[in-house]
Amino acid sequence: MTTLLETRGLTKNFGGVVALDHLDLSVASNTIVGLIGPNGSGKTTFFNVVTGIYNVDTGVVVFDGTDITRAASPTIHRTGISRTFQRSRLSLPLSIFDNIMIGNHTRLTQGIWFNLMRRRAFMREFEASYLAARRLVEVFEPRLVERMFDPVAGLAMIDRRRIEICRAMINQPKLLLLDEPSAGMTHEETTALMDDILQVRALNQHLTIVIVEHEMSIIERITDHCVVLNFGRKIAEGPYRQVATDAQVQEAYLGVT
Amino acid sequence: MRDTAHGPLAPLLPGAAALAIATVYLIALLAVETQSLIIGLLMLAIVTVLGVSRTGLWASVSRSFSEREDALGLLSIVAAFAVVAFFHDHHFVLLLVVTILLYTIAALGLTIQFGYAGVMNFAGASFFGIGAYTAAVLNTQTAVPHLLVLPIGGLVAALIGSLLLLPVLRTRGHYAAVVTIAFALLFKTFLEVNDGLGGPQGLQVPGMNILGWSLNDNMTFGGFELSFYANYFAVSMVMSIGTFVLLRRLDRSWIGLNFDALRLDETAAGCFGIDIARWKIIAFTFGNFLIGAAGALFGMVGGFVAPNNYTFADSLILVSILLLGGIGNAWGVAVATIIVVVVPEKLQTIQEYRFLLYASLVIIVLLFRPEGLLPRPVRRYFAGWRP
Repeated sequence: MTTLLETRGLTKNFGGVVALDHLDLSVASNTIVGLIGPNGSGKTTFFNVVTGIYNVDTGVVVFDGTDITRAASPTIHRTGISRTFQRSRLSLPLSIFDNIMIGNHTRLTQGIWFNLMRRRAFMREFEASYLAARRLVEVFEPRLVERMFDPVAGLAMIDRRRIEICRAMINQPKLLLLDEPSAGMTHEETTALMDDILQVRALNQHLTIVIVEHEMSIIERITDHCVVLNFGRKIAEGPYRQVATDAQVQEAYLGVT
Repeated sequence: MRDTAHGPLAPLLPGAAALAIATVYLIALLAVETQSLIIGLLMLAIVTVLGVSRTGLWASVSRSFSEREDALGLLSIVAAFAVVAFFHDHHFVLLLVVTILLYTIAALGLTIQFGYAGVMNFAGASFFGIGAYTAAVLNTQTAVPHLLVLPIGGLVAALIGSLLLLPVLRTRGHYAAVVTIAFALLFKTFLEVNDGLGGPQGLQVPGMNILGWSLNDNMTFGGFELSFYANYFAVSMVMSIGTFVLLRRLDRSWIGLNFDALRLDETAAGCFGIDIARWKIIAFTFGNFLIGAAGALFGMVGGFVAPNNYTFADSLILVSILLLGGIGNAWGVAVATIIVVVVPEKLQTIQEYRFLLYASLVIIVLLFRPEGLLPRPVRRYFAGWRP
């Protein structure tokens, strides 16, 4: 099994707080990896460091054979990493279609001449993109297809989450980082969303996913492998059943000594 | 499966009717000289807008403006020509109409920067002035064809604007705004102490001359005597149409989407491969080019440029046009420019208080219609397109 994402000695400090502490982590291709740990253990910081939102203090991030440690967010995205955010970061006044097209940026023709003057060619690209977006949205929620040109501000939380995932998946990334997709949703909604994610993945077997999640039933159901963080350090890893019984993990979560 | 937003086109009638009423009203407002009548007309407009904006009528008007842009655009051109025909020998009124058109172009430039890409620019009047000064220098010192002076004015504004790029790109939000405010103040001081550019007295700008046709001559058609400002109206109209088309195409393309994405959330935009700096530079440069080109023509129309015409206060007026009309809506910008240019000129009694009027107007609009008179509609890439 080949390694898709690997970090070595990854460290990130915020003032005196150590968010990531010499983290060595590797994600194998075509797997779903759960990243778990108590609040403040560095899960979101890990995502932000990998996607270039934060600069690391020390350590390296290697993705698909390329060192992306110092790269900027747009460059990192172009290597094939896409993500969702813990607090929904959709562009609320824009339509569903527009939001998904933001995720499709790297595959759309961005030349000024093309966009302004070659309107026929632009229309062909627009129509092809519409069909692609629609196919993706249909997998998640056929109901939303009719609202493709309505602002996302009018959507329910779960639908916004779905659109966020569509935005991250439209240009077929190699690695998808899902930051707490169930946040703010009911148990039933979360289950439905996970079904959708598994369904989409069935269409694209080469997609590797790292998911941050507090809902352990989800982690148990969908992950192949789990990494447990606490205070920015990796304290356990392995299949869910194995890490769930780990003494250190139980201590971190429950305070049991 | 029918798509709600791209269903049948909205009817043309509400938009056309609104346009006709507005045109007649504007002609009446421009023709009336008595202060009490003018105040009465303005009150009537305010009451009508307040009354109508609470009904579905307003929504159907703005729907027909956003969906039937081609037809209503043509009708607007006809309306503008009607106003000019009515006042064909009034220098003052035609100068106002030309001013409206050129300010609209400048405000549309600002719309690309601030309305679309979210790049604050509180130095709009400075870039307008750069265009005017470019025209003054080129028209007196060189033999550059005057039609070419307009794009050169735009290019010089864009070029000088690029000096601001580094500080603007390295700061966000309010801090970027402060950088442009500093530039506006510096620009005025620079002009005042620069003797080569006429110092505080400014410079004369020779009028426009296209292939031997001097635009400063009155023309006669049959028995009609046309004010020479009608010539400038024709040139400004062509420029305005070009600017409207450019803005519409920008907005309805992936470029417009990139601008929106970085305005609404830079961090998220970056995570999807959008190069923030690149698109901010493009928006800022496009905007300054339009503002500068409009300024170059404005210099030639007025025949005179001085530092006091391009102050920070004038930049604020440009920004208030955006707030008033609806940020990012080209039609709203045109309506707001008419209000901001015409009202103080007609209400002679409030001349010294015009900034007070702008300020109260902006505050009232922000309180009661926070998105402006005509809020920006959701992007539609092709009018009438359906899946």
